[in-house]
Amino acid sequence: MARAPDAALEQARADPVWPAAPRAFKIMGLALVAALAVFPFVFTGTFSHHVMIMIFLHAIMAQSWNVIAGMSGQISLGQALFFGLGAYASAFLYVKWGITPWLGLLVGMAISALVAAAIGIPTLRLRGHYFAIATLIIGISFQIVFQRWEWIGAASGIFMPIERETPWFSLQFHATKLPYYYLSFGLCAIAFFTVWLLQRSRLGMRLLAVRDEPEAAQSLGIDIAWHKVIAFMISGAMMAAAGTFFAQYVLVIDPDRVFSFEISVLALLMAVLGGAGTLWGPALGAAILIPLSEYSRIWFGGTGGAVDLLIYGVLILLICIYQPRGLLVLVTERLRRRGQRNE
Amino acid sequence: MSELLRVEGLSKRFGGVTANEDISFDVRKGEILGVIGPNGAGKSTLFDLITGFQQADSGTVILDGRDITGLRPDRIARMGVGRTFQKLKPFPDLTLLENVMVGALSRTANMHEARDLALEAISFVDLLDKRYAFARELSTGQRKRLEMARAVASGPRLLLMDEVTGGVDQKTIPGLIDLVFALRESGITVLTIEHNMQVMMQVSDRILALQSGKRIAFAKPDEVRKDPLVVDAYLGTVDAA
Repeated sequence: MARAPDAALEQARADPVWPAAPRAFKIMGLALVAALAVFPFVFTGTFSHHVMIMIFLHAIMAQSWNVIAGMSGQISLGQALFFGLGAYASAFLYVKWGITPWLGLLVGMAISALVAAAIGIPTLRLRGHYFAIATLIIGISFQIVFQRWEWIGAASGIFMPIERETPWFSLQFHATKLPYYYLSFGLCAIAFFTVWLLQRSRLGMRLLAVRDEPEAAQSLGIDIAWHKVIAFMISGAMMAAAGTFFAQYVLVIDPDRVFSFEISVLALLMAVLGGAGTLWGPALGAAILIPLSEYSRIWFGGTGGAVDLLIYGVLILLICIYQPRGLLVLVTERLRRRGQRNE
Repeated sequence: MSELLRVEGLSKRFGGVTANEDISFDVRKGEILGVIGPNGAGKSTLFDLITGFQQADSGTVILDGRDITGLRPDRIARMGVGRTFQKLKPFPDLTLLENVMVGALSRTANMHEARDLALEAISFVDLLDKRYAFARELSTGQRKRLEMARAVASGPRLLLMDEVTGGVDQKTIPGLIDLVFALRESGITVLTIEHNMQVMMQVSDRILALQSGKRIAFAKPDEVRKDPLVVDAYLGTVDAA
């Protein structure tokens, strides 16, 4: 470079590549992890455990949508497809051949990543709404195929026989929900750690570039279609992991349940509500929406279905009007302003 | 000086409008070549054809002996052709440093190395103190420097710059001109579009003048200045230079 390295440049080089998180954040983070670790022993009710498990599970689903839509800017309306593939892959392997769902988890993730590539390679080359439309239609088509496919149980799905002797091999627990609690907590932590790593990687930074200014990204040598495909593969694999966990949690899966369009919408809603494109937004969205949905089922009886959907609708309207960047932005903006005042 | 880029008979039509018609020229290694012309002369289209953002109807673009006509923009970029945009395209939600790191990541996969390359490029455009500001918070002049730094960080052999001094206040122009010279000193060949004739006469080794999509002159600044076609196109404003 033309100019000799001067003092300011040397000083800048001494900075860490990623500025360390503020101390307050680290303490809050550790406190949260500790609180979540002891939660089941403080609140011993099975239902409270169930709600937490659902939050963890849905946070993974929201994070999966966040990777393809929040980070690379491609709206997927068919995430349920990967949820269903994950659920079916592990359940099928276990019931047909007695293969442990741990392996099924990996197989489901691999299949989902391949299917994501197969959908993404032709559709992510196109600009505009084609990807959203394609994922919507392919998602529904998969549900129809699975409803009619006799070999894998057609519309009645797969029922996993109760197995009490080898809980960790069969990945099913009947006396207590505690293993499910920590399993979902662990999976969720892995999903969020993956995205944290992704944000600090070459791939992650390039995805943001592709999302915000595709032409500028291209001018820097970035193959934009390929980057979107990779993001979709990661997103699909993440969703499949959630699907496998769900199958082991309920032990009965059928196409109406695991390929439901509602799953695709919910993943999107939670991420948008919390803050698409941010690391913690999907968790925040899940932590708000899931208790709403679970408790409305108690308050209003039966499925409670219509009421929670109504609340989702109102929430999404409010977020669109008042803070399209998601609730997390309200928190981070406030912290930023406080930080500036203190300077 | 040997030849880095050769453009032969490049033509592009948009419906009934001819944006570029049979344009030929060459760029030598290490030179600063200026492209001038009134609005709508086809300057930006020419850049888009060279960098692959638009497909030419006919003609060829040869980079260092290799035919790059019709290749995808990212492939052309990876072969060492960088560019900035007339309508600036910074990544708004990334910091200045992160913007330039995306450029540097074309040269290395190592984040630490990319950060250091980015800092060098940011220091080069003299914006180090703004490195943690979000791109959306920068002024127009600063965003122009950002685009330059980002392109430089990607390690181009040839840099196409669209309107370096357009839309910035008079005070910042000399600094930007110095940058163009500094780019050349660092070994980058520069192809630049400019509206400001004074600037262009000052920085260019040779000038390509376009009008209505056609080449009307291609020579040294002194000769272009006197060229009757160019004088006519600019209604004599070149005399001011």
